[in-house]
Amino acid sequence: MISKEYLISILDKKTRVDGRKLEDYRKVEVEYDISKNAEGSSKVRIGDTEVMAGIKLEVGTPYPDSPDEGTIIVGAEFLPISNPEFESGPPSIASVELSRVVDRGIRESKALDFKKLCIVEGEKIWMVLIDIYVMNDDGNLQDAAALAALAALSKAKMPKYDVESGKINYKEKDGKLPLEKMPVECSLAKIGEHILVDPGIEEEGLLDARLTVASVGKEVNALQKGGNGTLSIDDVDKMLKLAVEKNADNLKKVKK
Amino acid sequence: MSYTKRNDGRKFEETREIKAEVGVIKNAQGSAKFQIGETIAVAGVYGPRNLYPKFLQDPEKGVLRCNYNMFSFSVDDRIRPGPSRRSREISLVTQRSLAPAVNLNEFPNAVVDVFVEIIQADAGTRCAGICAASMALADAGIPMKDLVAAVGVGKVGDKIVVDLDKFEEDYEGGASDMPIAMLPRNNEISLLQLDGELDVKEVKEALEMGKKACENILEIQRKALKDKYKGGK
Repeated sequence: MISKEYLISILDKKTRVDGRKLEDYRKVEVEYDISKNAEGSSKVRIGDTEVMAGIKLEVGTPYPDSPDEGTIIVGAEFLPISNPEFESGPPSIASVELSRVVDRGIRESKALDFKKLCIVEGEKIWMVLIDIYVMNDDGNLQDAAALAALAALSKAKMPKYDVESGKINYKEKDGKLPLEKMPVECSLAKIGEHILVDPGIEEEGLLDARLTVASVGKEVNALQKGGNGTLSIDDVDKMLKLAVEKNADNLKKVKK
Repeated sequence: MSYTKRNDGRKFEETREIKAEVGVIKNAQGSAKFQIGETIAVAGVYGPRNLYPKFLQDPEKGVLRCNYNMFSFSVDDRIRPGPSRRSREISLVTQRSLAPAVNLNEFPNAVVDVFVEIIQADAGTRCAGICAASMALADAGIPMKDLVAAVGVGKVGDKIVVDLDKFEEDYEGGASDMPIAMLPRNNEISLLQLDGELDVKEVKEALEMGKKACENILEIQRKALKDKYKGGK
């Protein structure tokens, strides 16, 4: 592990521990259909960070305050295979935060038309279960998870459902999910006076403040500030502009 | 009921197509992917490393710890994430399958952690996991006296077969499933379970067929390990 002073001395020279410029994102790769029993699945790599996501659909009962809307449930597993620091056991607070920020990016952008996920008003709805598995952690799991979730959603097929018998036939497909918008997330870090995009694992360990921005085009749908340090209004403005630009780049990696 | 021809056209003693690859998880000391038909297992190894809490440490020999986990979306009906009774039992038998191959005496007080992840399932997941795990241990440089090869054998209808897929496991004419693991060098059996109904003669027959399949799997495992170092990956 490097010291913070050393990290800042590198950033002062407008470069990073892995040779990137402050505003460079690592190489992003997206693969599809990595697990054929899922309704949709993907693998996303950001540099050496690797996550997998899969979509399963189940039929459930709607919430009383939204009787004609389906819903999403996002979960993330920080597998101990991915990082020697991760331990087996119940979800850590970091994995809960990550999955909630993915959830908000999708929910608040109205990426999925929840009304189209209603089967019988007040009785039956589709629940879209999005599960994210971290395979290798080299920093910025948040963006990888959000992109993997979007990629898996973009290719997901609905299973056939028979209202009479109440049975789902996972072998037969019934069209695509009602994916209307494509939210992407970008995380940035503030270390000393420097703002940088897509923090790697060493930068994450030393950052003062972090900001994750979920956006569709220029619309910002979810924000999450992390770290114990603070941000100025100008910092946030700069970060948002960078995030919107990076999100547009990363969106190109996902096939609709 | 007579099972004259296998669902996917295989011979009764034939496994599904196998693909093996080493070095798939960058952070892990050793890792491997093992695919048999539509079943995909990934294993990663960390250690030897310090074992806590301290009372778990053994001054005589190291501890091998295994964790088997199925992805929620690896099967049609989603599995709730986290350990289940089934996954805990499979973790246990995975540990027992591998332990005889590992020279635990060489790292007293330490632990070697093996994580097995099932990404996609079409029966035979514990065996695929054991095959991946033994390759990952070798890739991590853990001292071993042999690799471990594992395969499901059993009976579908009236036929003894190797490597049942999900269709065969659920065969309407009845199926018995007997997962085995072997240290092929001396044909030592380190995993043996059975669900179903086989007579004494059939168990012997199935074990002999399984032994041949394990020898074949061992060759594939060896090749994948050699390829990693040959290719300079």
